[in-house]
Amino acid sequence: MDFLQSATGLALGLFMWVHMFFVATILLGKDAMWTVARMFEGYFIFGRPVYGLVSALVATIATLFVVHAALALRKFPANYRQYRTYRDHMKEMKHEDTTLWYWQVVTGFALFFLASVHLYIMLTRPDRIGPFESADRVWSDLMWPLYLVLLFAVEFHGGVGLYRLALKWGWFEGDGRDAAGTRRKLRIFKWALTGFFLVLGLLTLAAYMKIGSDHAPFYGQHYVPAAPSPRG
Amino acid sequence: MSSVTDSAPPAAAIPPADAPKRMLHFHVLRHDPQDPVSIPHFEVFELEEAPGMTLFIALNEIREQLDPSLAFDFVCRAGICGSCGMVVNGRPGLACRTLTQDLPAEISLAPLPAFELIADLSVNTGKWMRGMSERLETWVHSLGQEADLSRLEERMDPELADRIYELDRCIECGCCVAACGTARMREDFVGAVGLNKIARFALDPRDQRTDQDFYELVGNDDGVFGCMTLLGCHDVCPKQLPLQTQIAFLRRKMVKAGL
Repeated sequence: MDFLQSATGLALGLFMWVHMFFVATILLGKDAMWTVARMFEGYFIFGRPVYGLVSALVATIATLFVVHAALALRKFPANYRQYRTYRDHMKEMKHEDTTLWYWQVVTGFALFFLASVHLYIMLTRPDRIGPFESADRVWSDLMWPLYLVLLFAVEFHGGVGLYRLALKWGWFEGDGRDAAGTRRKLRIFKWALTGFFLVLGLLTLAAYMKIGSDHAPFYGQHYVPAAPSPRG
Repeated sequence: MSSVTDSAPPAAAIPPADAPKRMLHFHVLRHDPQDPVSIPHFEVFELEEAPGMTLFIALNEIREQLDPSLAFDFVCRAGICGSCGMVVNGRPGLACRTLTQDLPAEISLAPLPAFELIADLSVNTGKWMRGMSERLETWVHSLGQEADLSRLEERMDPELADRIYELDRCIECGCCVAACGTARMREDFVGAVGLNKIARFALDPRDQRTDQDFYELVGNDDGVFGCMTLLGCHDVCPKQLPLQTQIAFLRRKMVKAGL
């Protein structure tokens, strides 16, 4: 179960980084984001959008998410006494990795709800992904507050999770002679990545909000690129 | 092999003779669970700091000069017996290896949590360690061999002997258990001390148990899969045992054994 929890966590963590890059293509322009969205729909292969492909991908991620959450639950404090014990221990110890775990639990708990909402929408409305479509969802459908909290929760949870995975399984330790040094470097790398993805995420969210605000009078209208280039 | 630190406490930088001496305030958690009217409370003791003073020396001075009823444990005074583990300003450590000069003037001392309290700073780590040892069977299992005390031990590669010795340096002080968030929440968790023992016997060619046998002992959520890699154990271990590496090694080994 621990292995499966780690494997699903690794898959989800890496997916989130890739996902962030795809979503952030809006910063390169509406056409870039439109191209990425259509790519996942098989538009450039089939000559038309196949939304089922997106739903299938979302269903896969949702399954990983549910399995990961179910397995991670066994590590949560089982009752209030355990919760209080851990909190008191954490406050006394003032130990970074002990404190990070607490926040990993808090953000993990938040993700049960925040990520579920996002996944459900993506699963049921894969046709509403695009420069205007996504921006409308962010701005006119008032999803930006959820995405803002989701961004912080995901980046923190995923960053700490991947860092902990590396320590847990002894990755990058080599012969183990400088495990402390490896851990120090991993921690710096983790904070740097978290900072990078938070900045990228905030800029991306701001871009969608701006587009969504400008596009509000035309809510529901699909984006049409300047020069679409489907195969055939 | 990492440096061995069985010796006396690190040498203190001796301040000049005319340097002003600090007055230290020890906030000691006092409680006697055998006394029905005893209520846990902090009692403050004031002591003038001396050069090279360890917490062990300070506690002895308190007991000799201020309060003979203060209970705490010690045997070796040199970080070998593991008796004087306690929580120092929130973190577990050995009193005999903690210099007061490395601490602020306000010092809080509490007994190690997760162990049965005897009184004040004295806890029964022995009871916990014995339970863990019996549960994990932390001794060499020579299956099917008759005990023959006159038989010569088989030769062992010196490098392997060093690796085993490195893990055998554990003094069972209990600091790793007290520093572990998992062990604090879940009393059945075997702690880094238990996992380190299994890693040690898994290395030992004289122990004929298989990985599958070890899996039966620690291949569950009370064992290596319960560890949440908080690494408090690694960071407070007074013997600087490579717990981070060893637990990761054991986790990988147990996953393979469980497949």
